[in-house]
Amino acid sequence: MKALGIAALLALSGCASAVNDDDAMQRAEQVFRESFTRGNRAIAARVEQQDDVQLLCTRYRNDPPKDVAGKIESEQAASIRYPASFLGDWKRGEKIAQDGYGMRFTDPDTRRPNGGGCYNCHRIAPAEISYGTVGPSLYRFGAQRGAGEAIQRYVFGKIYDSQATTACSPMPRFGHNGVLTEEQIKDLVALLLDPASPVNQ
Amino acid sequence: MPFPRLPALLLVATLPCVCAAQDDTQKEVERYRQLLAEGNPADLFEAKGEELWKTPRGPNQVSLERCDLGLGAGVVKGAFARLPRYFADTDRVQDMESRIVTCMVTLQGFKAEDVTRNPFSAPGRPADLEALASYVAGESKGMKLDAPLVHPKEVEAFRVGERLFYRRAGPHDFACVSCHGEKGKRIRLQELPKLTDPNDARRIFTTWPAYRVSQGTVRTMQHRLYDCYWQMRHPQMDYASEASIALEVFMAKYANGGEIGAPGLKR
Repeated sequence: MKALGIAALLALSGCASAVNDDDAMQRAEQVFRESFTRGNRAIAARVEQQDDVQLLCTRYRNDPPKDVAGKIESEQAASIRYPASFLGDWKRGEKIAQDGYGMRFTDPDTRRPNGGGCYNCHRIAPAEISYGTVGPSLYRFGAQRGAGEAIQRYVFGKIYDSQATTACSPMPRFGHNGVLTEEQIKDLVALLLDPASPVNQ
Repeated sequence: MPFPRLPALLLVATLPCVCAAQDDTQKEVERYRQLLAEGNPADLFEAKGEELWKTPRGPNQVSLERCDLGLGAGVVKGAFARLPRYFADTDRVQDMESRIVTCMVTLQGFKAEDVTRNPFSAPGRPADLEALASYVAGESKGMKLDAPLVHPKEVEAFRVGERLFYRRAGPHDFACVSCHGEKGKRIRLQELPKLTDPNDARRIFTTWPAYRVSQGTVRTMQHRLYDCYWQMRHPQMDYASEASIALEVFMAKYANGGEIGAPGLKR
């Protein structure tokens, strides 16, 4: 069923070079499978198989037409599992935001929780001067937007699945893809929204 | 001299305390000044690479001096500036590193799997390929990159590389373009080139191999790609794999015209 949906969406795009694109795509997939042969097979299987969203974002180079974007966003939004409450512990959230550990081929210790690596792309608490700029600054996020339940729910959803609001966002879908747990995402919500968090001081 | 901005800060990127970071920053600034005064440590790798190139080695006990890097057997000067390219004898598009391996196998009689088992050095285990790549690249220093995109297999490699550049996969949904699609962005304090922007591509692609201060050794373009895929939560990329070369062909198109500054000096 899902495959049919994608085929229909791809047909909708109907660009002139579609046939050549398909050839290049098939060849690229073959090359890809043959270029990671010595590494961990479980990780290889995980990246060889793209899900629907990854496939569409690849196809449209992260700039999908409106109908495709709408379909991605509504399906991803429907997949979010919201907890009863959203605010965790901002101190734990800060550690998760700093930590880039997890799911690389040199990270065998599955007992250690994955990090979020948030500072790689975002400015967050002001004490951390080594922050990236791929994503927007989140400094003073709660101070500017308040910390009520609606914004808590929004932030939880954004971290859980960024593509529920922005199809083909470059941000990982941390909850949807099982990178972070519900508890960890709640701690990150607190980092951004808790009035006591250094983000909002 | 190619030199990253904020280099010293980068080295302390993971220290939590700003005061400690400032002390260490100062030390690293001093270390960088010293390095600059003494020249690029990659010079030593070039010298070692030249010696390895000209020394009879391997089961056949011959040197690599008859290696054909694309400009004919025995021509090293300028060869790196015309790579990657299609080679009729292997019927493949090859980059510099892949071609050095070919010569070590065909001329010197090494086994490919032995040569590529540990292509990247680790503490206490130097890698001949890092030195050889430094030497070959250095022999094109100052020349303009002019990688061909004419042979059907070169064109096919470009299209494959282009597709892979945008290919999102894995638990973090990452593709190359996740970090290299916009100008003026950073990961932590590391500036990121937009690889489809000729200005960025010309500056970055032409300065690998490079001595990496944070790693204390020369790293190559193959290592750069392997390291990117590691960070992207992909499996270990095979050395000189077809995907790696396709991505290089893709990058080279945008980098063409840039002046070779390899071996460079990077964070």
